[in-house]
Amino acid sequence: MSVDIQTVKRVARLARIKVDEASAARMTGELNAILGFVEQLDEVNIDGIEPLTSVVAQTMKKRADGVTDGGYPEKVVANAPVTEDNFFVVPKVVE
Amino acid sequence: MTDLTNLTLADARDGLKAKSFSSAELTEAFLGAIEAANPKINAYVAVTGDQARDMAKASDARLAKGEGGALEGLPLGIKDLFATKGVHTQACSHILDGFKPEYESTVTSNLWADGAVMLGKLNMDEFAMGSSNETSYYGNVVNPWRKTGSDQALVPGGSSGGSAAAVAASLCLGATATDTGGSIRQPAALTGTVGIKPTYGRCSRWGVVAFASSLDQAGPIAKTVRDCAILLKSMASVDPKDTTSVDLPVPDYEAALGKSVKGLRIGIPAEYRVDGMPAEIEALWQQGIAWLKDAGAEIVNISLPHTKYALPAYYIVAPAEASSNLARYDGVRYGLRVPGNDIVDMYENTRAAGFGSEVQRRILIGTYVLSAGYYDAYYLKAQKVRTLIKRDFDLAFEAGVDAILTPATPDAAFAPGEITDPVAMYLNDIFTVTVNMAGLPGLSVPAGLSASGLPLGLQLIGRPFDEETLFQVAEVIEKAAGRFTASRWW
Repeated sequence: MSVDIQTVKRVARLARIKVDEASAARMTGELNAILGFVEQLDEVNIDGIEPLTSVVAQTMKKRADGVTDGGYPEKVVANAPVTEDNFFVVPKVVE
Repeated sequence: MTDLTNLTLADARDGLKAKSFSSAELTEAFLGAIEAANPKINAYVAVTGDQARDMAKASDARLAKGEGGALEGLPLGIKDLFATKGVHTQACSHILDGFKPEYESTVTSNLWADGAVMLGKLNMDEFAMGSSNETSYYGNVVNPWRKTGSDQALVPGGSSGGSAAAVAASLCLGATATDTGGSIRQPAALTGTVGIKPTYGRCSRWGVVAFASSLDQAGPIAKTVRDCAILLKSMASVDPKDTTSVDLPVPDYEAALGKSVKGLRIGIPAEYRVDGMPAEIEALWQQGIAWLKDAGAEIVNISLPHTKYALPAYYIVAPAEASSNLARYDGVRYGLRVPGNDIVDMYENTRAAGFGSEVQRRILIGTYVLSAGYYDAYYLKAQKVRTLIKRDFDLAFEAGVDAILTPATPDAAFAPGEITDPVAMYLNDIFTVTVNMAGLPGLSVPAGLSASGLPLGLQLIGRPFDEETLFQVAEVIEKAAGRFTASRWW
């Protein structure tokens, strides 16, 4: 399978990365090289094989459902580019 | 006094206990060495001198009272991927510009609890995506090693290039590193240092910037096998904050050293003999086999038939997980924000400006293979192939193999700019990536020099949670090969 420039632009949009015409063209070639490389997997017989979901045979641990942390909104927003009254500020999304 | 920075971590530990020198003196020696070398090596992206001096002073006070932890007063470097409270933590990416976490990763917390001293944060490939440290926002790391008679710069490998170079240039006693497809073992091999990626689940991933969560593991890079054993003991823990952290007590890895390897069965997988592999890599491998045979180990030929599919499967699984993990960098909660006409425009501008080209490439591949209609053809198939890769190892271990010996890398260090094709760069991890896919422990130990005078490493792969055997066997190779030190030009 290979991708064309329109697909690359669509995927970039899904990934929320702005691409211009030149970088989309460059990435199309690069992505096709990688997709060509992974095509080798078609040689492998995977009939009846279960996908690997965990490399370690361990049931996922679950902690007790309780509050263990929190109460410091100023620390939560400390690294944000724009904040106001301990809220994250983003461009207007609702008219 | 001899140069304290040349000591191994074990020797420095013993020297501090014997009061031959203080942690303050040791720390000052490293800070001086970093100041002199870093403009040329570029291993550190942030040096925390004041913090290091404070920690050293506190360690000296504890040592004076006969107290102190396993790493008391020992100066270490920390890969920029580990969250360190109030200190530069950016995964060497522009998108985390200015990020200083309000919390400390479990691995680094463990180190400080045992008394270690932080010298600073180490350079790396952006988000640990790279095999040459050329994708860092903070510039290339320069390998302390050069070809005999040459002054051409070489890459230190990656992604833990800063960790490996800092250890090789004696800019720290040891360093933390992480390994998703070979990022500890490949740079260790290219710089003549020792590195171990422990079993998945051995070190907590809490507070480690995520790349591919089912593959990422932290581990140490240090000068010797013993130093790695000491560091891993402190880094590893059972952590309720990481659901994949495994409930097994951490053994005393150092105690495994010096044990005879007589009777151990060492597997040699035929599939690691790849086309175009330089003759000197094959010779190094044969030398390693001979050393272990001389030490009484039994050499058995084994087959890991799905080896060649590990790298293509990895380049589906790792980008898929990365595209999900890196979705969090949106210019809202931390790091860089580039304004836009609306919120989506802001996201797109921020991510275009903040991520470098290799990271963008992997996010796009990951988004594509997970997108509607392609999931089964790519991601699901890759996860099934992963089952087969793991089964290969399971069968070898069930048949009585105690550890597997392979080359660590297909070649020695190369020059920056020499490999520009992404797929050719990925091939650097051909021998290491299988281990991540199966979640096993893998160790790289220096075993010789190439014809051009560059270090080469051998890799040992172990049973899950049997890091002790890897240390035990690696020390035999280390003793036979001797240690390799770069001649100082910096």
